[in-house]
Amino acid sequence: MSQTFDEISTQLRKRHRRSARLKWISMGALGLAGLFLLWFFSDMLGKGLPAFQQAQIQVEIDYNEDASRMGRAALDPEVSRLVSRTFERLIPVQIRENPALLGTTETRWVLADGEVDQYLKGHRHKLNEAQQALIDELAAEGRVELRFNTTFFTTGDSKMPEASGILSAAVGTVMTMLVTLAIAFPIGVMTAVYLEEFAPDNRFTQAIEININNLAAIPSILFGLLGLAIFINFFGVPRSSPLVGGMTLALMTLPVIIIATRTALRSVPDSIRHAAFGVGCSRWQVVRDHVLPLAMPGIMTGSIIGLAQAMGETAPLIIVGMVAFIPDVSASLTEAATVLPAQVFTWAGEPEKAFVEKTAGGILVLLAILIFLNATAVILRKKFERRW
Amino acid sequence: MQTDQLLPLFSGVLLLLGLIAFFLGRAKAARVRASGTAMQAQPDQYAWFAVLATAGPAVTVGAVGAFVMLLLGAQIPTLYLLAGSLVVAALGLMVGMRQVRPDFHARQAIERVIRWVLKAAALISILTTFGILISIVFEALRFFQMHSFWEFITGTVWNPGASFLAAAGRAEEGASAAQFGSVPLFAGTFMITAIAMLVAIPIGLLAAIYMAEFAPPKVRTLAKPTLEVLAGIPTVVYGFFAAITVAPIIVSIANFFGLDAAFNNAVAPGIVMGIMIIPFISSLSDDVINSVPDSMRQGSLALGMTRGETIRDVVIPAALPGIISASLLAVSRALGETMIVVMAAGMRPNLTANPLEDMTTVTVRIVAALTGDLEFESAETLSAFALGLVLFAVTLSLNLVSVLMIRRFREKYRVNNL
Repeated sequence: MSQTFDEISTQLRKRHRRSARLKWISMGALGLAGLFLLWFFSDMLGKGLPAFQQAQIQVEIDYNEDASRMGRAALDPEVSRLVSRTFERLIPVQIRENPALLGTTETRWVLADGEVDQYLKGHRHKLNEAQQALIDELAAEGRVELRFNTTFFTTGDSKMPEASGILSAAVGTVMTMLVTLAIAFPIGVMTAVYLEEFAPDNRFTQAIEININNLAAIPSILFGLLGLAIFINFFGVPRSSPLVGGMTLALMTLPVIIIATRTALRSVPDSIRHAAFGVGCSRWQVVRDHVLPLAMPGIMTGSIIGLAQAMGETAPLIIVGMVAFIPDVSASLTEAATVLPAQVFTWAGEPEKAFVEKTAGGILVLLAILIFLNATAVILRKKFERRW
Repeated sequence: MQTDQLLPLFSGVLLLLGLIAFFLGRAKAARVRASGTAMQAQPDQYAWFAVLATAGPAVTVGAVGAFVMLLLGAQIPTLYLLAGSLVVAALGLMVGMRQVRPDFHARQAIERVIRWVLKAAALISILTTFGILISIVFEALRFFQMHSFWEFITGTVWNPGASFLAAAGRAEEGASAAQFGSVPLFAGTFMITAIAMLVAIPIGLLAAIYMAEFAPPKVRTLAKPTLEVLAGIPTVVYGFFAAITVAPIIVSIANFFGLDAAFNNAVAPGIVMGIMIIPFISSLSDDVINSVPDSMRQGSLALGMTRGETIRDVVIPAALPGIISASLLAVSRALGETMIVVMAAGMRPNLTANPLEDMTTVTVRIVAALTGDLEFESAETLSAFALGLVLFAVTLSLNLVSVLMIRRFREKYRVNNL
């Protein structure tokens, strides 16, 4: 040994320092990922929470002759610029439906213009100084206020930011998800049951297995191309409909459900099967009466996670045309509809500044639903988890 | 009659026939049994057999008929088809009722049918893959009939603008002929993917090392699901985040250093995509590192190696196939990622090595080609399928290599749960 004791101990200290450094760096990497998450959520909350408040203004409505043709005439000309145009359009309709209103006046709270809203929230706006002064004055009198934005939850899309909401997209999402689940759940569970409980280990089943793993990793936009070429152009399913969107997403969700179901089936111990066979059950009876009920919680968990994934998917839906401008709630599976992520995408493309807030608000709603779904899956798993 | 009215009518009548079959079959079986004859199956099993014998052939006839009409374009009046399949149902009902005999094994017959149905369900995954392949290949071939494959693969100019006028019959008005050289698109795709990997691989791998080797169990059980939240955020949300929050920051940082950055630069979507991909790498790497046998760590530590040296020289090399597999999967995901680049990357095909410039990607062009007002037959629309074909080929081979790598790791260390 040519090294002295001191040399060895400095070397050792250096080596241990290096080891500790790796520990701190790797910890830092994890922390960095956590910081990203924190940054992301705080940014979305900061941008989206104002969307749940909306400026309202108290105006005096004078139902006169002119107003029955042009709604603007019912309002004080100074204030009318501050009122949402969607409300002005309603006045002639109201008069037509209820002629008794003609000649009366009414004071009520109505939706303010999007620019007023932006001004009150301290964002960039297009109001001139006189209008700003007027709003300040009205605000001092308590005639302009930020209130909870019910419009956001009760209307569909609109070209005016103050009047646009997520209702039609939410309904479209529900319909699309119903189609997805109705197709993907039975087929996925049946495939998994076949592969896990019935199939012999041959080329055919191996091909199916490799295929399922591959499908899970294929870019989602390619499923959109499939939906466009086969469902729309070949089978003639209506474009932009929840039907075609749901079918496309079902094919995407299928591998998730199959893989989760297989894991759930595999975790049911063989002793259960043996006991059932022992009392004379057939293979199908074993599966139907014993294995499937025991595996059901796991299957549910997997399906919820698959559904949550499908719910956030946008790219294939854009390809099959589900980014249409849908102001009204659609009533059937074959009508044009849009879904929440597609609505977010549409709003993100609007040039008006006020839509940034709407986009972030829509994102918050979407994230809330997804977190709820995933939490449900986790709770289900915790509740029914069983060690054999 | 409308097709959407026909389907409920068909299923309604079929349901009714099935109910009749069920009760008739059960009644007959019960009668036979009540007379004291021993039977091979329970009355309910005979009843279900009668239902299957009624509905099965009818559904088959209906489906085959509908398929023939769609595929071959043959005009079978839908009413005839409906009537035909209902006649078949009635015949099936008669046959089924005749089978309700003491010596008939109804249960076995039902289970044979169930087995076939399950097998058919399993076939759907293969059909889907074929569907993707066929739909993309056929449309891509049509594109390559209009434009040369060679130009598509090697051309450096992507300029489909004139094809719009050509489709409208006004080709001569276009300033230049449409050009479909995909090199700039792939260059943009690889640039953004490379930036994403520069973010995701170091952070994901180091986070996995910390979780697997250093972290106390409590941190581990908390960190893994938290990281997976990143993977559960919809990509459209990431796209918005990249365009609204990250891109302006990149631009102002670039300005601070005296550089000129486009608002649609490649860095913002690259970084955000990298954040999205971190959990793919960390989760799989964590599993792989955990499955490296402890005996290897113990041997290394016993020889006097430090923890860091053990990780660097023993654990990581052993886990390398799994780590590479995770990274390849991540690359495949980044190449096919759509919403982030659609919202935050540019639209302009731009062959450049400067990540601060705007550039576009394959998936952006696919979306752009299919959301315009063009008719489906135009070259630009069909070019989306040609791009999709290349994307499919590249991601498929990456996935296959990744599967092979993880399989090698699994065989080497006899791990079952990877």
